[in-house]
Amino acid sequence: MAATQEQILEGLAEIVNEIAGIPAEDVALDKSFTDDLDVDSLSMVEVVVAAEERFDVKIPDDDVKNLKTVGDAVDYILKHQG
Amino acid sequence: MNSTNHTVVVTGVGATTPLGGDASSTWEGLIAGRSGISLMEQDWAAELPVRIAASIAVDPGTVLPRPQARKLDRSAQFALIAAREAWADAGFTGKAGEDPSVDPDRLGAVVASGIGGVTTLLDQYDVLREKGVRKVSPHTVPMLMPNGPAANVGLEVGARAGVHTPVSACASGAEAIGYAIEMIRSGRADVVVAGGTEASIHPLPIVAFGNMMAMSKNNDDPQGASRPFDVNRNGFVMGEGSGVIVLESAEHAAARGARVYAEAVGQGISADSHHITQPEPSGNGIAHALQNLLDSTDLKPAEVAHINAHATSTPQGDVAEIKALRKIFGDDVDHMAISATKSMTGHLLGGTGGVETVASVLALHHRLAPPTINLDELDPEVDADVVRAEARPLPGEGPLVALNDSFGFGGHNVVLAFRTV
Repeated sequence: MAATQEQILEGLAEIVNEIAGIPAEDVALDKSFTDDLDVDSLSMVEVVVAAEERFDVKIPDDDVKNLKTVGDAVDYILKHQG
Repeated sequence: MNSTNHTVVVTGVGATTPLGGDASSTWEGLIAGRSGISLMEQDWAAELPVRIAASIAVDPGTVLPRPQARKLDRSAQFALIAAREAWADAGFTGKAGEDPSVDPDRLGAVVASGIGGVTTLLDQYDVLREKGVRKVSPHTVPMLMPNGPAANVGLEVGARAGVHTPVSACASGAEAIGYAIEMIRSGRADVVVAGGTEASIHPLPIVAFGNMMAMSKNNDDPQGASRPFDVNRNGFVMGEGSGVIVLESAEHAAARGARVYAEAVGQGISADSHHITQPEPSGNGIAHALQNLLDSTDLKPAEVAHINAHATSTPQGDVAEIKALRKIFGDDVDHMAISATKSMTGHLLGGTGGVETVASVLALHHRLAPPTINLDELDPEVDADVVRAEARPLPGEGPLVALNDSFGFGGHNVVLAFRTV
């Protein structure tokens, strides 16, 4: 069953917390991974791989650079999840 | 004093070792004659010919925040912990620049290991084979590169004068400190954070060193297995950890009112050009390093009160080192209190030069030479005054010099000299 926007945000918050140590409640739709959440380009790869597994979605490398904010990632997963 | 011959001093020490999670607990363990060696508890160790090691006393996972630790090889974790301690011990309150007493453009970092991020390399290869391409960590390259610990320490303190990693197997940590001394002496930097680190307690390195016949297989007596200078020594015991010091020009240290542990007098460096792993048995290569030390500094053999020997507990190496000391120092060796702290810490490979420099500097600071444990019967070829079961006070008055010897596979010889201030 496809995840809702709320479930995806919650899942990404857990992933970002695991990888970057940012409190899950600080992971909001308008937050930038790089500027606000201490997720650099290497850690972003980890976030993407974890999200692919959790939400049954494929996020090609070429699309990763367009995922600037948590909201971008949530929208992408909503649209492409299996 | 001209601008290319600055006096160098030690203003901070830090360590995380098999004896303790910081420099003071490590020193207390050394002075008490405590062994950090035990039977390995990992499942993979059960079937190996060598099942003993000197594992870290304080797990770095309990010290570093997890998001930071997971991006660092274990060797870089150790180095960062030791460097933070040394940095704070030197009296700095933040990164260079944030603490106005040190200019980032005049700050360096030189940290080395013998083998680099070997556990990262091997573990990630397992991930590739077992879980596939996508699961290999994007942090793998910066974790396994040999300059990773130096780069991470440099980032931590804000070093912009240069970050370096001289690699020379088990002499790496000492060579790093020698390089750092030269950076300050020559005027390239005012302050350098320098040391060695190693984390190679993993089945492949242990089996590989074991197959070279270089390691003790005294699995039934872990605490008695590392026995430098003893007639029954039969190889080294692998240890892990890091030792880091803060070096500083004497002028810079004086200007900010820093506490000074010792002067870093200089270093003697040479190469055996004899065999890829065997030490030159007459000690000529090591003697050449000692002679270079005397020729390049104002050091006098009569001042040398203490030597932290390389002495790994191998049959050939321990004897070659003493022969070299006799060749260069002659009868003066008789008044040098020689300690083999690997009897307690095991052999930290590239970390050893860092940890044993911390030990040498603290030996001068406390005027006390650590013991050499397990020395039940001195090898008759070891013609020197080895400090045996109990720590021994060094002369209470006057200047004292301590040497720290480190030698590595490949024929690398490094001798560092420190003097009381």
